[in-house]
Amino acid sequence: MNTRSLKGWLYLIPAIAFLGVFVVYPLFDVFVYSFEEGYNSASQTYFGVGTYNYSYVLRDPYFIQALKNTFVLVIVTVPLSTLLALAISVALSSIKKLRELYQTVYFLPYVTNTLAVGLVFMILFQKTPYSDGFVNQIIMALGGNSVDFIDGPHWAKMTVMCIYTIWVVLPFKILILTSALASVNPDYYKAARVDGTSSWRIFHRITLPMISPMVFYLVITGFIGAFKAYGDVVGIFGTNLNAAGMNTIVGYVYDMLYGNSGGYPSYASAAALILFVIVLTITCINLLVQRRSVQTS
Amino acid sequence: MKIVLEHITKRYPNRNRKVGGVFTAVDDFDLTIPDGKLVGLLGPSGCGKSTTLNMICGLETPTEGKIWFGETDVTNLTPELRGVGMVFQSYALYPHMTVRENIMFPLGNLKGADKLSKEEMLRRVEEAAGLVQIDELLDRKPSEMSGGQQQRVAIARALVKTPKVLLLDEPLSNLDARLRLSTREEIRRIQRETGVTTIFVTHDQEEAMSISDQIVVMEKGVIRQVGKPQRVYDEPENLFVSKFLGTPPINVFAGRVAGGRLRIGDDDVFEVPGVADGEVMVGIRPEGFQPATHGALHCELVAVERMGRDTSVVARHPALDATQMRAIVSSDARIDRSLQMVCFAIRPEKCRLFDPQTGERIRFDGDAVGEGAAR
Repeated sequence: MNTRSLKGWLYLIPAIAFLGVFVVYPLFDVFVYSFEEGYNSASQTYFGVGTYNYSYVLRDPYFIQALKNTFVLVIVTVPLSTLLALAISVALSSIKKLRELYQTVYFLPYVTNTLAVGLVFMILFQKTPYSDGFVNQIIMALGGNSVDFIDGPHWAKMTVMCIYTIWVVLPFKILILTSALASVNPDYYKAARVDGTSSWRIFHRITLPMISPMVFYLVITGFIGAFKAYGDVVGIFGTNLNAAGMNTIVGYVYDMLYGNSGGYPSYASAAALILFVIVLTITCINLLVQRRSVQTS
Repeated sequence: MKIVLEHITKRYPNRNRKVGGVFTAVDDFDLTIPDGKLVGLLGPSGCGKSTTLNMICGLETPTEGKIWFGETDVTNLTPELRGVGMVFQSYALYPHMTVRENIMFPLGNLKGADKLSKEEMLRRVEEAAGLVQIDELLDRKPSEMSGGQQQRVAIARALVKTPKVLLLDEPLSNLDARLRLSTREEIRRIQRETGVTTIFVTHDQEEAMSISDQIVVMEKGVIRQVGKPQRVYDEPENLFVSKFLGTPPINVFAGRVAGGRLRIGDDDVFEVPGVADGEVMVGIRPEGFQPATHGALHCELVAVERMGRDTSVVARHPALDATQMRAIVSSDARIDRSLQMVCFAIRPEKCRLFDPQTGERIRFDGDAVGEGAAR
């Protein structure tokens, strides 16, 4: 090893040490925990090694509920938010007046505190003895029946959750997509205009392929982000998510560690690893699809 | 297709908002382009030539004036209704499509009765590709091609709809020097073969001179001169045109006419019959100098550069408007470097007089290459 690369390693030591202690070692530890059966956190002892933790977690109705909730959230919000962000970005890049104002408005959720936003959503949707909530007033004005979105049926709660998630992830996606759209050489559009190309054809034959790497980036990070949903759910439905039937995988992990039923790091680790495998699988599928369909210039 | 530009003016709001007002990019542009000709719009950057091209194309609408394609007023028509093909400076080839898809793209826009079958489209693509000689490359992506090949693809894409007018924006500026020579021949050949009226924009006078049937020299949004390249070179109507055309550029001196004789500084050069007394600007082409022992123009010798076929003499003269002048003389000419002085006889037919205020040409008997000599 020459001096140059030795120097390089020397400079990397602080970062490597930090990451090693706080990221790599815990990752490894989670893996170990998940296979230690009957672990007792007080005495730090366990009975044996095996896959019991996994079978427990996979048979736990709370986990199954969390798994279902998380999947619904992912499947609904990722495509919807990406499409919506794309539509808004295209609209934004085609207007000149007030564009900065709109950009700021769309970016506001990004800089707003999650719990505060969660509370606002709760107020908008919640039904109390004194008020039906803003959303219910609209529904009733349109001739529908009021629904309790916060403490009512599961589908109503899921709707709130999905709307909230879409709203909260939009700013980042709009930001990325508007800059991707702005980076497309205007000569392509001019050339297409000279040939009398319709705006729909310009969009799906020129614009979309040009920004497709960014769209895929957003889909992948969107999947990962949605699978990790937790904080926002707490903001709207409170900390007892199992009782509300609104738990997510990350919420389940947290409950197993620190919740009322807490003190089960082995179950938490097993659940975390299951989440890891799911995210890994989906990301790999995404990358495969991307390699096949996204064009690089 | 004959193109007539009738008093075209294009104004933009000034880019610098603090200054405000409007910027006139093209000012009262009046030009007729005959059918089937290759015309070069030539001028320094910012002279309005690209704006003019965009207005002919339909990407921009003139503030005032009319554009006629043949008997049709196309001023307010969109590009696709005008039947123009355009090659952009950046070529604007879609990077995610193959060459075939790129060339076919304009055909896919045809609707209704004009709609083509897939086979017909492919046949047209092959035809256009054959014309620009890229048949072998149809399955490549633009990124896998050289700049020259990309340009051919861009030309094929512009021609595939058989436009009535072909427009090229700085077609050669992105190519290296060697490719430029062959590509300009290629543009000439394609234009001849198709007979399509072609207009191209360039800031390179050599490029414009070499292939155009007609050049249009522009400055600050105004036409300075229109004509056959050689004629514009030989008979510039003003100082701007004379300076803009020619490499090395024309040498300009401050001169004076007194009693029918031209004087440059202290040197009495020759007789200029018919010119009123007063100050003049004297432009002398580099090839207008002949080293002669008793030549009229006394210059300080700076350098002699032998370049094979001919010799370039760099010299100074007190009346020069630049620091140095350059003369191209025959390589047989003997120049004594030890003297540090060189005397030139001036060929009147390579010498042009201009009004120092307006820059307009002042003619004198004997300056003309002659109507017959102007090829």
